[in-house]
Amino acid sequence: MDNLSLLWGGLESAVTPENLLWAALGVLLGTFVGVLPGIGPAMAVALLLPVTYGLEPTQAFIMFAGIYYGGMYGGSTTSILLNTPGESSSVMTAIEGNKMAKAGRAAQALATAAIGSFIAGTVGTLGVVFFAPALADVAVRIGAPSYLAITIMALVLVTAVLGTSRLRGFIALFLGLTIGLVGLDLNTGQPRLSFGTTQLADRLDIVVVAVGIFALGEALWVAAHLRRTPMQITPVGQPFMGKDDWRRSVGPWLRGTALGFPFGAVPAGGAETPTFLSYLAEKKLSKHPEEFGRGAIEGVAGPEAANNASAAGTFVPLLALGLPVTATATIMLAALQGYGIQPGPQLMTEQPDLVWTLLASLLIGNTLLLVLNLPLAPLWARLLRVPRPYLYSGILFFASLGAYTVNLDAFDLFLLLVFGLLGLAMRRFGLPVLPLVLGVILGPILESKAREALAISGGSASGLVDEPLAVAVYTVVALLLLVPFVVARLRPARPRTDGGATPETGKRTDDGELVER
Amino acid sequence: MSTILVGFTPDEFGRAAVRHAAAEARHRGYRLLIVNGSKGDAYVDRRFAAPEVLAHVGDGLNGVEHEVRQVVVADVAEELLRIAVAEQVRLVVLGLRRRTPVGKLLMGSVAQRVILEAMCPVLAVKPDTEPV
Repeated sequence: MDNLSLLWGGLESAVTPENLLWAALGVLLGTFVGVLPGIGPAMAVALLLPVTYGLEPTQAFIMFAGIYYGGMYGGSTTSILLNTPGESSSVMTAIEGNKMAKAGRAAQALATAAIGSFIAGTVGTLGVVFFAPALADVAVRIGAPSYLAITIMALVLVTAVLGTSRLRGFIALFLGLTIGLVGLDLNTGQPRLSFGTTQLADRLDIVVVAVGIFALGEALWVAAHLRRTPMQITPVGQPFMGKDDWRRSVGPWLRGTALGFPFGAVPAGGAETPTFLSYLAEKKLSKHPEEFGRGAIEGVAGPEAANNASAAGTFVPLLALGLPVTATATIMLAALQGYGIQPGPQLMTEQPDLVWTLLASLLIGNTLLLVLNLPLAPLWARLLRVPRPYLYSGILFFASLGAYTVNLDAFDLFLLLVFGLLGLAMRRFGLPVLPLVLGVILGPILESKAREALAISGGSASGLVDEPLAVAVYTVVALLLLVPFVVARLRPARPRTDGGATPETGKRTDDGELVER
Repeated sequence: MSTILVGFTPDEFGRAAVRHAAAEARHRGYRLLIVNGSKGDAYVDRRFAAPEVLAHVGDGLNGVEHEVRQVVVADVAEELLRIAVAEQVRLVVLGLRRRTPVGKLLMGSVAQRVILEAMCPVLAVKPDTEPV
């Protein structure tokens, strides 16, 4: 139980009044942004990056952890009350949750979502405590070629498997990789894509890119679609659950947690798949299948737990391999780099204090979330009445302030605008944002590992595939890319027997894409 | 047939406006045009009536001829004034809400603009009052 004593040490250093304050602030901010559709935790963390440069890394991460979990929770509130999922992982919650709310059971839906999130987050974080160090132990021993292969796998999976359109995904990915190239080549010192300007040769600051794409892009997109018919919100009081609700929720919570965690923990996680699977599983297992589609509490409890367990699971690849798989985790990785901490397999051995304090603060943030947010639900619902122009002018203010404070250089504001327009164009043409941000962050890591592998082999391309693990990973990547094509070729030959499941899947990801934009 | 325009909101102010407008319409033999509007710039607007509320807004009218419209426009006051001219409205009926000075400064007032700028008479009514 070595890990548990380390976690206990982390708890001891995390539970100071000051840290608790940052955790509470993070949870409140996270819920704030999670409740509002279109503003996700990734945008919140990106906007706050410059603010946290004045903080200790530990405190910054305690706050980010709060934002991450808070954003998840806030998304479920909006899904249930408004039938507008704040983020793609809440799509399944919206289906049954909004039906429950319409039937006058909003309080129970919110309560089962909150308590389920708490349980899944706690169990998931304990899962990270046990799995991440073990994975990191293995990961330190793998060489540059295998690390390169795993990074490529994460990029390909996030791009090709999670989105609706592979083409759009890869366009976004390569845009991101290109943006990641801008600046001095670290090996030779040659400026690349800098167009003769010293500011660009200095490499792009991730804050400017992320804030531009997430915040400015979203603000411009909202401004272009400012007037929409207002939606009808279900009035809500204090969340609570009756005895029967508890009895019906416990199973889905635990099953959802078990489903969500592994999906978050593999380098191509994401919460869409496990929430969908959890919904299907609960529908199958339920003693009241007739209630599904009309507001079944199991359909809220399961996906909500899966959603948060997978959010916790994403910390496994992030901490053990330095590989983020969600937009928020990507920005958190950038924050680590901002502190001069190189994420990767060595993180756990070189910065154990930081890692264990972070894990402990995840547990604290999760508990605070439950304590603070259950009573505050009606207040969060009122937030949806704020006119968008007020909201987004505030966001634009913080975005510009953040971009400017990075280097105190007005050129960054120009860059911010450029990336804001890029973000607007991506939303207009339906390009997913995640592959781009992932490309910007992982591109340089990818390049340095490839260079390292090639340097060892003396420039011979065989150096990229001389480890068995690398070959195995490349095979998996190739299979994942090819199998859907083959299946698509074979399918029209057969009559559509499995038509029931397919359209549902398609519809779900469509919704997810809409929300992501 | 001449028209009375009612600015409707799904609350006691809007209901008072409809009650008074219905009494006027019955008395004069006019028809009612009930308009509910929102700027549509927030995710949720309490003054934007739900479809089921709008469907029942004419229930207590006892046969007064009426039409219900719902609009999402940049400026609700502007739209009411435009409709008043376009439909040659003879009377506009509005429910008045009490505003704090700060509230007025921040949010503006639809009623104030309609009262000041409408070319036809405007009847401003208080909640919890019945037409005589």
